[in-house]
Amino acid sequence: MEQQVATFNVKKGLAQMLKGGVIMDVVTVDHAKIAEDAGAVAVMALERVPADIRADGGVARMSDPELIMKIMESVSIPVMAKCRIGHFVEAQILEAIGVDYIDESEVLTPADESHHIFKHDFKVPFVCGCRNLGEALRRIGEGAAMIRTKGEAGTGDVVEAVRHARTVLGEIRKLQNMPEDELMTFAKEIGAPYALVKETRELGRMPVVNFAAGGIATPADAALMMQLGVDGVFVGSGIFKSGDPAKRANAIVKATTHYNDPAILAEVSRNLGEPMVGRQISSIPEGELIAQRGW
Amino acid sequence: MEIGVLALQGDFIEHYKVLQSLGVAARIVKLPAQLEGLDGLIIPGGESTTIGKLAVAYDLMGPLREFGRQKAIWGTCAGAIFLSKDAQRDQPLLNLMEIEVERNAFGRQVDSFEIDLSVPFLEDGGDVPYHAVFIRAPIISRVFGQAEVLLDLPDGRIVAAQQGKLLATSFHPELTSDARFHQYFLELAA
Repeated sequence: MEQQVATFNVKKGLAQMLKGGVIMDVVTVDHAKIAEDAGAVAVMALERVPADIRADGGVARMSDPELIMKIMESVSIPVMAKCRIGHFVEAQILEAIGVDYIDESEVLTPADESHHIFKHDFKVPFVCGCRNLGEALRRIGEGAAMIRTKGEAGTGDVVEAVRHARTVLGEIRKLQNMPEDELMTFAKEIGAPYALVKETRELGRMPVVNFAAGGIATPADAALMMQLGVDGVFVGSGIFKSGDPAKRANAIVKATTHYNDPAILAEVSRNLGEPMVGRQISSIPEGELIAQRGW
Repeated sequence: MEIGVLALQGDFIEHYKVLQSLGVAARIVKLPAQLEGLDGLIIPGGESTTIGKLAVAYDLMGPLREFGRQKAIWGTCAGAIFLSKDAQRDQPLLNLMEIEVERNAFGRQVDSFEIDLSVPFLEDGGDVPYHAVFIRAPIISRVFGQAEVLLDLPDGRIVAAQQGKLLATSFHPELTSDARFHQYFLELAA
């Protein structure tokens, strides 16, 4: 009776346990505790939330392991951390300190402009961003055990999150209605591994858990993404850049569970205080858009 | 027979699909009124702190306890923690099963594992091993009162317990295509 660790099954299995939940960006131990108390299913430990990374400019790198470890000690829920796209040594460091999930994230400055990390080599599972089905299936091909649609991080504007979720889910619907002899050309056109295209068609969904991210700032935003058909949500700057983070965090958790119940959504949306100010994506110069990072 | 799946958070769809594949009527449960008329309830894997807080917020604690005094409930992983009397930290628990659990007892995610176990009480259990998936899993550190050990690992750590119609497993039968544990639970609920 041999015990097997780090199988793809257990990697994607943890993401399955996070479904219907909210993963929150936190930059301090206090934030992490607020998130856990509010009912977060996991926290993303980082030095700056995306809104600040955007405002500060410069190179954004993996956070100090000391900060991540302190957050790991302070909460009982899973702790995720980000490494740069293609920076497999940052990923090795995050694996060495024992984070539960690594986000190979476009929010940080990419370390490689052609390649992502070969994630099958790691014991720790990875989540990666996507804008469309081809990008998602390329990441899964490299070993990602969870996907999140990218949206546009640090804006508080949900429009890109909606665009990316609708794109991915629309492509899956198209795939299901396609005759089998068109699959190979479809795989070629979206730049995805044929076997994963076939699997997605058979399952009628992405082969791994798919969360939404990037711009979710209110309970209604979270419920919108859930109704569109994602498995859960990441909330980055939207919580701790708002007037009352604990209350808003709790409201977004409730809205993610009761996403189909407008009476509950109305109740939890009341008196939340100031939302994050936000930045309209159409006002951002194209070169500053984070979602374009990823190959 | 109709079985509910508590759908506050976690992998409830996986349980729902296994029930459907067995031809059993299944119902998603998010609010107390949805427990009405059910013969049994499954509490899925997920984050036990999240599930507990949402159960408190939507007044499910009393109705779930009442349900568990009469009907069958099965908790997998987070669900097992939620059924317990003691999780060694401050979080909402149903206090239905006389078990004490240790959360994340095997370590962090890199220590999550799969293993074939011999489970004699399942159909063909003596001959066909049961493949169990453990994800940031708890162990049942102690059973007392009416609760009994159902299954342990080769090293003696308890991973399943039963107390009348109440069932707790540290692992996730809903993540495999082997429905024998669900069938075992359905017999309890019948």
